[in-house]
Amino acid sequence: MQNLLIVPVLLIALFASACSNVEPWVKPYERANLADEAMLLDRNPVSGAYINHVYEAREGARGASGSAGGGCGCN
Amino acid sequence: MKRHIAHLGIITLLASAWLGQAALGQVLPEDRADALYHSFDGGGVKITGPSILLRKKVTKDFSAYANYYVDSISSASIDVLSYASAYKEERTELSVGGDFLLDETILSAGYTHSDENDFNAQTAYFGVSQDIFGGLTTVSMGFSRGWDTVGMVNDPDFEQDVDRRSYRLGVTQVLTKNLLMDFAFDAITDEGFLNNPYRQVRYLDDDEPDGYNWQPEIYPNTRTSSAFSLGGRYFMSAGSAIYGGGRVFSDTWGVDAWDAKVGYTYSTQRSWLFDLSYRYYTQTGADFYSDLFEYEDQQNFRGRDKELSTFTDHSIRLGIRYELPVADWGFVERGTANLNYDYMFFKYDDFRNVLDEGAPGSEPLYDMTADVLQLYISFWF
Repeated sequence: MQNLLIVPVLLIALFASACSNVEPWVKPYERANLADEAMLLDRNPVSGAYINHVYEAREGARGASGSAGGGCGCN
Repeated sequence: MKRHIAHLGIITLLASAWLGQAALGQVLPEDRADALYHSFDGGGVKITGPSILLRKKVTKDFSAYANYYVDSISSASIDVLSYASAYKEERTELSVGGDFLLDETILSAGYTHSDENDFNAQTAYFGVSQDIFGGLTTVSMGFSRGWDTVGMVNDPDFEQDVDRRSYRLGVTQVLTKNLLMDFAFDAITDEGFLNNPYRQVRYLDDDEPDGYNWQPEIYPNTRTSSAFSLGGRYFMSAGSAIYGGGRVFSDTWGVDAWDAKVGYTYSTQRSWLFDLSYRYYTQTGADFYSDLFEYEDQQNFRGRDKELSTFTDHSIRLGIRYELPVADWGFVERGTANLNYDYMFFKYDDFRNVLDEGAPGSEPLYDMTADVLQLYISFWF
């Protein structure tokens, strides 16, 4: 399990060290479409949690449902 | 006890509720209240109950939430009818937590307690989420720890423990001004009493009138799994988007699974929103699974849980949201009424319907359908 964690930790460190040098390729004024309600990754956390519960109770697979959130930086 | 499930994913979703604001960057979740009624009806099982969520900013940097959830279960499933009798029970779950905003970082913590007459689960969660690349990328990491206690209704002396750990990495990425992608990885480990104490396996027995008999399941005491998912959402026009994604899963019990989903969201005049989607799921069975063992105690590990068999399922969803006219409702800024309906179809490849006629091992394969309904209202204030 410790080996499994090394990869994501290294990825985070790589992203974090590089982020100050990257110019955002989608400018803040170009992000209106991403703010449209139809683009929300999960409109309702209660509903999303429930349907994942339904799947996990009846299927052998588990995890990696939902998303990291954020991502646009429109503020 | 219906089945051990991973409560970790659920608390993660509640704790990371800001993902509903993907296009708003790293901000605290909105103040909101949700009241949901849910109903699952399929395979002889009916589960209904409420889910109530209240989320409020305590300060400008800190948002707290509480969620109360109930499953009222009435079960006459094929498993129950094969070697036991129908039952009713109730599970209640309470989750509390909070998110702390620190510049472009959100720190989250939560705790969930789940209780039923023969099963008790506690889960603690901690996560961190960070915006990078000028806000185009959000990286999140999370860790959950769970402690379960398994009991039996008819044996007050029976008590076994389960220890669960879950590690999560997630990335949401703006690729273009019209395209969002998200990636997630979960590694989950369980240790302890992992099988259902009521579940039985069947084996050939010439001394029985039916030609078979039953004995308790025995699962390994450890299970480790990993799952990767990749999804995307593409803006088509104002109020309209298509989305899709998939997931691959593998565990140390020999279960390999993948699923895929496609959908379309469309809103009209901002009052109505419609969502239509299709999801496909398939898995291979666990190494120790068998519908019919050849003799008693054939294997040291044995299971006949249909959730660990080889099967596929399909889900079709229709979602409708109506924007309530709340202009004169005082402190309420916005309200919606929502309906989600999922039709599910399960087809099992090596789980037979022992309630049907046939010689042992040649009964018809089992299949079932389910209607999953969610009715809820949401208010923002």
